[in-house]
Amino acid sequence: MENKSIDVHNITVSYSGAPVLWDVDFELPTGVLAGIIGPNGSGKTTLLKTIMNIVKPVSGNVKVFDSNIDKVRNRIAYVPQRESVDWQFPISVMEVVLMGRYSGKNLFKRTTKADKEIAREALESVRMLEFKDRQISELSGGQQQRVFIARALAQKADLYFMDEPFAGVDMATEKTILEILLKLKDEGKTVLLVHHDLRTVREFFDYTILLNTRLVAAGKTAEVLTEENLNSAYGARLTLLEEVGKEIKKKDFPLREKDFDDK
Amino acid sequence: MSELIDFISFKDPGVLTILIGALAVSFASAIIGTFTYLRKKALVGDAVSHSVLPGICFAFILSGEKDPLLLILGAFLSGWISVFFIDFIVSRSKIKADSAISITLSLFFAFGAVLLSFIQNSDNANQSGINHFLFGKAAAITDADLKLFIGVLIIVGIITLLFFKKFTTICFNEDYAKSIGWNVKWIDFVMSSLTVLVIASGIQTVGVVLMAALLITPPGAAGFWTHSIRKLIFLGLIFATISTVLGTFVSYVRPNMPTGPWIIFFLSIIAILSVLFSPKGILRRLVLNRENKSKIRNENLLKTAYYLTYERELPDFSRSEIVSKRSYETLELEKGLKSLKNKGFLLENSGRFYLSESGKTEAKRIVRLHRLWELYLTNKMNFKSDHIHGIAETIEHIITPEIEAKLLAELDYPDKDPHDSVIP
Ligand SMILES: Nc1ncnc2c1ncn2[C@@H]1O[C@H](COP(=O)(O)OP(=O)(O)O)[C@@H](O)[C@H]1O
Ligand SMILES: [Mg+2]
Repeated sequence: MENKSIDVHNITVSYSGAPVLWDVDFELPTGVLAGIIGPNGSGKTTLLKTIMNIVKPVSGNVKVFDSNIDKVRNRIAYVPQRESVDWQFPISVMEVVLMGRYSGKNLFKRTTKADKEIAREALESVRMLEFKDRQISELSGGQQQRVFIARALAQKADLYFMDEPFAGVDMATEKTILEILLKLKDEGKTVLLVHHDLRTVREFFDYTILLNTRLVAAGKTAEVLTEENLNSAYGARLTLLEEVGKEIKKKDFPLREKDFDDK
Repeated sequence: MSELIDFISFKDPGVLTILIGALAVSFASAIIGTFTYLRKKALVGDAVSHSVLPGICFAFILSGEKDPLLLILGAFLSGWISVFFIDFIVSRSKIKADSAISITLSLFFAFGAVLLSFIQNSDNANQSGINHFLFGKAAAITDADLKLFIGVLIIVGIITLLFFKKFTTICFNEDYAKSIGWNVKWIDFVMSSLTVLVIASGIQTVGVVLMAALLITPPGAAGFWTHSIRKLIFLGLIFATISTVLGTFVSYVRPNMPTGPWIIFFLSIIAILSVLFSPKGILRRLVLNRENKSKIRNENLLKTAYYLTYERELPDFSRSEIVSKRSYETLELEKGLKSLKNKGFLLENSGRFYLSESGKTEAKRIVRLHRLWELYLTNKMNFKSDHIHGIAETIEHIITPEIEAKLLAELDYPDKDPHDSVIP
């Protein structure tokens, strides 16, 4: 594959014993809209976090733009899952979006006029500028999600990770977000998002990664979303894998043997 | 009374030292405590507070004197060990964080208490007053302590200013901070170190038992009044000032009373007042609740009056005619009639009521909203027309003029509701 944006190589991830991702391996080109699809608890969030090295895999490795993620963090943007955030937190819309201008390299960089302008533009494009001084606790679910999207836009990235940006949003917000995604793609950016609605996946997404603890399929959407694959991801329960997982947890079994370290 | 004058006129030069020392401690606590509170680490703060006791006792046993710097150092070390200990338990075992915290607290505090009794039974002449570390004694603050406390406050203030965005971001959205490549562990380390430092320096004034309250209560109470971190800190500082001055005064006047419980007592009163009287508080909610109830009652009554006036075409009506249309509890009915009369919507003439001009307009408005809303539910949301009465009843009372305008537009300015009644 030419122009790879993401190369996930044989990653296995576990939190406390039982693996939540088994040996996942796929590649993604640049300039596509890609969806991660799978039932609840199938490891979608974990996969995103592992790609960004927020969660460390037990084995395997990830390359983003052909290098270690730490070297290209200024080229990525992240919209975390709604549930992971305390929406009662005392912070204003503008303050959240300005976080998009924080730099990873320079810990004490000051917010400049240009940063504020970028943040305003980002808010404008999600139609939230008039709410810029509101506290996030006063917003509706859809508005909160738009603020998070605005923060990601303010990051001015090449690769966008979004964890369920459509969860719990109203129709208007859904439309706004979709427009933004398509615009990002037009600009040649890559977007990888966790998603639920199979209908929109077929319609808008070029690439699909079908996940259920293990990788069911990854590739062009039409090729991935076959009945067989969907059954395999959503239908049959993974009884055997579950059994093994439980056993590993019970015995505190090491997930990799030192000698077989891959790298 | 004369004691009060002594206290506020600083006749006793010691008073100034005590007061400024205690204030420095509570300011540092309120500042760093805001982040402990926002990061939901109140329990950890409590565990660390209790866990500094063995460190202090060790410092005293080893040095044989109460050198403030050594005591703080001992407290700081043992506080940090407890932080690591909690992390260690959580990451290396299946014990959950809350259990790990309470295990650590009891273990360290019990150990500290043993050391404390050991010291008290020894014949070291310096040992008097070491038990103040349980509940605090501001009166024991010396000039050397004062310098130290001010030093700690300056350190906490400057580092918090420098790290303000970092602290805020990791409290709000830690994963995001990691995604942009911040070293969250390091920022966390700075934050925890400041917290442990503040706790270590605060125990002489407040004592290990209540130190966590000095961290958490100011931002906790302030949280009822504001929704901005800067104001949270600012209000916290004000609350800390009030309670520290009062608490220090009481323990100054009654030397056998420990300072910590008094400061926390006053802080708690501020917190309770906030719970009751703030805009987010209980009282405000009770008032709102009452207002809503009487609004609903009045509007329902107006609707009944509308029906009697326009559809039964009565020139006026009695209480029993009202009740025959819609049942009201007697007391509620009387309250409603009185309130509508006061507002000038309803007029009374020897036991019979009729709508005034303004009353007619208001009653029409309510009936209109009710019917519009019913229509909206059937047409736009596909409710069955015989099911919607109840839902329409509750919603109609909160429709604002703006929403009404939108409703009208969306429904294309209708003139009949789903039951074919005219929309006035
Ligand atoms: N921090 C964590 N600690 C322990 N288990 C976790 C943690 N986060 C997620 N899990 C578990 O890992 C599995 C996958 O979770 P997740 O990646 O959030 O799935 P998804 O996003 O597909 O719903 C779930 O069974 C979940 O309970
Ligand atoms: Mg998820």
